[in-house]
Amino acid sequence: MAKTHVTMKVNGAEVEGLVEPRTLLVHFIRENLALTGTHIGCETTHCGACTIDIDGMSVKSCTMFAVQAQGSDIMTIEGVANADGSLSALQEGFRMMHGLQCGFCTPGMILRAQRLLKENPAPTEAEIRMGISGNFCRCTGYQNIVRAIQYAAAKINGVEFQEAAE
Amino acid sequence: MNDMTPTREQREAKLEGMGCKRKRVEDIRFTQGRGNYVDDLKLPGMLHGDFVRSPHAHARVKSINGDEALKVPGVLAVITAETLKTVNLAWMPTLAGDVQMVLADGKVLFQNQEVAFVVATDRYAADDGINKVVVEYEPLPPLIDPFKAMDKDAPVLREDLAGKMTGAHGPRKHHNHIFEWTVGDKDLTDAAFKKADVTIKEMLSYHRTHPSPLETCQCVCSFDKIKGELSIWGTFQAPHVIRTVVALIAKIPEHKIHVISPDIGGGFGNKVGAYPGYICAAVASIVTGKPVKWVEDRIENLTATSFARDYHMTTEIAATKEGKVTGLRVHVLADHGAFDACADPSKWPAGFFNIVTGSYDFPTAHLSVDGVYTTKAPGGVAYRCSFRVTEAAYCIERGMDILAQKLGMDPAELRLKNFIKAEQFPYHSALGWEYDSGDYHTAMRKMMETVDYAGLRKEQAEKRAAFKRGETREIMGLGVSFFTEIVGAGPSKNCDILGIAMFDSCEIRMHPTGAGIARVGSKSQGQGHETTWAQIIATEIGIPADDIMIEEGNTDTAPYGLGTYGSRSTPVAGAAIAMAARKIKAKAQMIAAYKLEVHEGDLEWDIDGFRVKGLPEKSMSMKDICWAAYNSVPPGMEPGLEAVSYYDPPNMTYPFGAYICVMNIDVDTGVYKVRRFYALDDCGTRINPMIIEGQVHGGLTEAFAIAMGQEIRYDDDGNVVTGSFMDFFMPTAVETPHWETDFTVTPSPHHPIGAKGVGESPNVGGVPAFSNAVNDAFSFLGSTHIQMPHDFWRNWKAAKNLGVFA
Repeated sequence: MAKTHVTMKVNGAEVEGLVEPRTLLVHFIRENLALTGTHIGCETTHCGACTIDIDGMSVKSCTMFAVQAQGSDIMTIEGVANADGSLSALQEGFRMMHGLQCGFCTPGMILRAQRLLKENPAPTEAEIRMGISGNFCRCTGYQNIVRAIQYAAAKINGVEFQEAAE
Repeated sequence: MNDMTPTREQREAKLEGMGCKRKRVEDIRFTQGRGNYVDDLKLPGMLHGDFVRSPHAHARVKSINGDEALKVPGVLAVITAETLKTVNLAWMPTLAGDVQMVLADGKVLFQNQEVAFVVATDRYAADDGINKVVVEYEPLPPLIDPFKAMDKDAPVLREDLAGKMTGAHGPRKHHNHIFEWTVGDKDLTDAAFKKADVTIKEMLSYHRTHPSPLETCQCVCSFDKIKGELSIWGTFQAPHVIRTVVALIAKIPEHKIHVISPDIGGGFGNKVGAYPGYICAAVASIVTGKPVKWVEDRIENLTATSFARDYHMTTEIAATKEGKVTGLRVHVLADHGAFDACADPSKWPAGFFNIVTGSYDFPTAHLSVDGVYTTKAPGGVAYRCSFRVTEAAYCIERGMDILAQKLGMDPAELRLKNFIKAEQFPYHSALGWEYDSGDYHTAMRKMMETVDYAGLRKEQAEKRAAFKRGETREIMGLGVSFFTEIVGAGPSKNCDILGIAMFDSCEIRMHPTGAGIARVGSKSQGQGHETTWAQIIATEIGIPADDIMIEEGNTDTAPYGLGTYGSRSTPVAGAAIAMAARKIKAKAQMIAAYKLEVHEGDLEWDIDGFRVKGLPEKSMSMKDICWAAYNSVPPGMEPGLEAVSYYDPPNMTYPFGAYICVMNIDVDTGVYKVRRFYALDDCGTRINPMIIEGQVHGGLTEAFAIAMGQEIRYDDDGNVVTGSFMDFFMPTAVETPHWETDFTVTPSPHHPIGAKGVGESPNVGGVPAFSNAVNDAFSFLGSTHIQMPHDFWRNWKAAKNLGVFA
């Protein structure tokens, strides 16, 4: 099948590649760019394991063709850590609050949470739960993911993290 | 002592040993997308394989033509059963003693069964190839209802078994019958029922569901023709078992098979067995000489690799009028699908279902299980439970509620009246188990006090009265569940897989500078072994957990282990770790005695090293002993500090817990709201409370899903109607309730550190709590039992059937 030349910015770096028009963005990222932190958990846009950030929006990269991302600005999990290599507030929150177990949903979950906190810097628990409802987690039961996001929100906002009473 | 000398508390804290909420080691890589999962692996020249699957539930395969597929650019091979027959791999043995088609051989027996394997240069080309393979089918009648499997005129499913009236587990009664398994004293139990004041009988169905980890099953196989070696990277919960299975069926010497389980994205029982994809990828690699990757998609995962449950349990309890249970009689009709691909220890065709007497002191019981074939996907696996234990817990916990309703007793009171008492442990159950330890009354009372059980019952009574007066359309249910699990398979006297005893293992190697590596036969799929195993070692030998690296999943380096499932890691591998650490410590003591010039018996252990009794300033830290082990061991002693332990557990462990679910249901819509869910778990000694709590949250969420809607359902033609995440209920953060966790600690008396295992308890105990809540809510309207799953529509239908819209 004839291939198309695509260019885009991924985690701050200009990248390019030759793809079939039908190549899914998630396959381009994982296989052409070798950024395997973005995962695939279904083929019906339900699970959210492939969630990345494109031009300021959370997008499930299994439901977009690589050619549709032409010229866009993308962030994947590999671009989330702080410039000095330390964990971002969300990455730290997930670790501190035990917001992950098998780790498979984690990259998508963190990318979604990062965008959520930009959309709503101080979300309520209900807003967090609704905000991450496009991402499945099979291990944690979400409760500690909610706490992880609350932890990160507090840290970003410079306020003390207060754990909700049981 | 100067100010810089650490206090005992500081030394203790530095270890981050058992009991500490140590943050997870794994998270550093997982939060940065640096995990290493199977699909992340890319080898030079790697090919991709994908399956042509059957659209029919039951059909004769008249022909398979791959000619057009081979013309598709990138397609290199189309493998069929005929190809596999040349290497004698068209069929494979299952863990349950049955055989299973790798690729359709003459007929197909369930929808989406593997028919042909297309190998191509990339996954897109493989998919193109699949669409060009022409298969001619002659449809045959499907068999979906297990209750019709043994009808006289039921279609013959397994033609390969024609004339074989004895299976792996004894005589077969019918062409679709797999086994009958009976336990207990039938005569004594029948007599108890004859004498009983009160009896109940109810058919309790535990529907078909699926573990569905977020990462599907997948593998990469690479055969090196020059060396004759096969490397397999796969999503294996039990990598050593996979290696042995491959050696046995592919006739490759076992030392030339390298099985590696890298990071696994959840397992929940789905990744224990061997699937056709693994065999086909291996054969494809042998045929093409190139590495071959096979990655299941979600629809394939839900419809073809192992389902769980499909147990239909006719449950009878006999009791006195005062509510003392006197007998239990259960018959199970077990639907295993087209092939018996249960992942149970070999001698246990119905797993440990004979834990069905639960937490109660039944003087007698009798159990029989009939396994049958149907035209559904093969299985069934233990979806986050020890083998068939969640089925058993559901059976007895629903049964006790139904009995309470018949007696007009409170379900909690009935349980308290019948619990095995703390002083009865070790307790021998009527169906043959020896429960190691427990204190059920304390756990139950703690739950009742914490949630104000009496207050909740009062509120429920008021709500019911208001409902009857027409003032509300909301009903309220309290779902009590008190489960006893049986985990840690298991003792070699009764547990094996393919003849291999179900021990587990650990090898510890301490380096000169006081750091070390421990390799373990278990395999984490998210349980956090890299974190918790190091905590056990830290406490045992006084080296900080941070200085111990844990490695699992590489069969070339890890000692042989039976893997991680059935909550067996802590009971079995965890014990092996402690025992290996104790061997290290014993040698360390000899070295310390030599260096300190005292007798071994004059030394005592003190947090992180040995000190001379009565002379605390004369001591040697474990770190220093590690150094000494490499340069100045006592004369005659081998240098180095290493130990291996293979642990054969003397008994299973029996975790237990008291759960309660408080639920409101709107009868006009069937919409439920979980107001409160409280889970008290007793898993013996607690290694890492943070991880335990996380395990409980996750297991409860799965229990919630299963009880409230998660079902693999077939239509009458044998089509799977819940084959994607569109239809298969997967709770999001919005639906998932808030969890409250609590605990008591009753150590296991036979386990080296007293730990029992916890990962599966919440699934086992959670499902009956949810179902009991729904059933309790409806009970005052005259209902005895409503089958799971309890989704909105079924709740509405239940309300309708009970006449609330009249």
